Amino acid sequence: MGGEEIEITPDVTAERIRKYLEQEKRFDSRKTDEFRELTIEQNVSKKAEGSVRVKLGKTEVLVGVKMETAAPYPDSPDKGNLMVTAEFLPLSSSRIELGPPKFDSIEVGRIIDRVIRESKFIELEKLCIKEGEKVWTVFIDIYTINDDGNILDAAGIGAVAALKLAKVPKYDEKEEKVLYGEDEGKLPLRKMNPFTITVHKIGKHLILDPTREEEDVSETRISVGSSDGIIHSLQKGDSGYFRDSKIL
Amino acid sequence: MTAKKSENFERPDGRKLDELREFEAKVGIIPNADGSAMYKSGDTIAIAAVYGPKKMHPQHSQDPEKGTLRCTYNMNSFSVSERIRPGPSRRSTEISKITEWALEPVLMLDKFPNMVVDVYINIIQADAGTRCAGINAAAMALAHAGIPMRDMVSSVSVGKLDKTIVVDLSKEEEDYEEGEGPTDIPISMTHSGNITHFQLDGKIEIKQLMEAIELARKSCEKIYEVQKQALKDSIDLTGGED
Repeated sequence: MGGEEIEITPDVTAERIRKYLEQEKRFDSRKTDEFRELTIEQNVSKKAEGSVRVKLGKTEVLVGVKMETAAPYPDSPDKGNLMVTAEFLPLSSSRIELGPPKFDSIEVGRIIDRVIRESKFIELEKLCIKEGEKVWTVFIDIYTINDDGNILDAAGIGAVAALKLAKVPKYDEKEEKVLYGEDEGKLPLRKMNPFTITVHKIGKHLILDPTREEEDVSETRISVGSSDGIIHSLQKGDSGYFRDSKIL
Repeated sequence: MTAKKSENFERPDGRKLDELREFEAKVGIIPNADGSAMYKSGDTIAIAAVYGPKKMHPQHSQDPEKGTLRCTYNMNSFSVSERIRPGPSRRSTEISKITEWALEPVLMLDKFPNMVVDVYINIIQADAGTRCAGINAAAMALAHAGIPMRDMVSSVSVGKLDKTIVVDLSKEEEDYEEGEGPTDIPISMTHSGNITHFQLDGKIEIKQLMEAIELARKSCEKIYEVQKQALKDSIDLTGGED
């Protein structure tokens, strides 16, 4: 399987991470609930309806919004469609191999899909062109550029930022054609700020925004998608357990 | 056929016939990678990361005489107007191979028997010339990774619009419809002048093709200088390693 070349955090480092946490300390001197420095660069691709580069410390993702017309789903004939995909590029880490999407990337796409869908952030009902026949599909595509942990939260921030920049392309009804490059104004969004935040458990300790090394030591995690104090999605990940509700 | 005087030809963005788009190179952009670089020409942006040399798996793919170069070219879904479905396509598979052929001649792969060097190219924004931008970024990333190289590789697309030879076509020029239409000729060459990648589609006579190669040669010289400077800058700033 070629596992020997994959750099896994060595046991000594893992041990040191746990020891530090006993004193509420981390290698990069952050508090346990402190995020790394966040930067968002807007419009990284002019060809996207909206796009951003998000950096969380050394972690970097690109998120772009594209729109196309398509048939609506039978259960929502008068609403636009939403599709979220994440690609973990082998460019972003020696651990990622080429091939069909692995579970990690599928999970990121699904968790972000849920918080955006359930919070009703996008006014999908305004993205109907002809009921039962033609609606807009909003694609949110996530690409990893450098994986130093917590891709999920970085991608969630990027998805919301890219949606806020997105403009609906012009649609020529006579020709039934999308005129990319011309737009009909901003993508209709509700006034809210949905986000996903993932809490990791290491021993008795809970931390936010883990680096790659800390993520390796994490026993279990819970991703909470919320907006304005309302929880819209939850996912407990990995096979560890937690028992107190403090994690929320 | 009365050939129009080339000097009178006006490019859509007002560039001179032998003028490249504004271009930029940067080395060391992906901390996880052994080597990485960005190359931007006009609105085309390519990034490349190198991982390796590392042991080739599965074992039966190993070459005991020399290492293997493996390139993967990929366009982001939102790098173009019509969204690209994620995953490999016939086009990306071909470009990946052509990139390998363009770069392999300068690599001293005999130093790494049974090993593989992986190069991943990602197009962030596309406005024609993405394979050339990818090759330029990849060549810098390989040098940044410290893979022994005999020479640098620089790449540019020259073309013929109607009857006029121009360099570094934009998407708008690639879609040129007047007269004889567009001929697109992406070329990569080493600094010593060996051509390692050569493609063409359109229509052109041999004499003009020679002219096009000459223009590519001059343009690659300019690109080479920028690649070299970007590699030097990466050393000055970081001491060579992240």
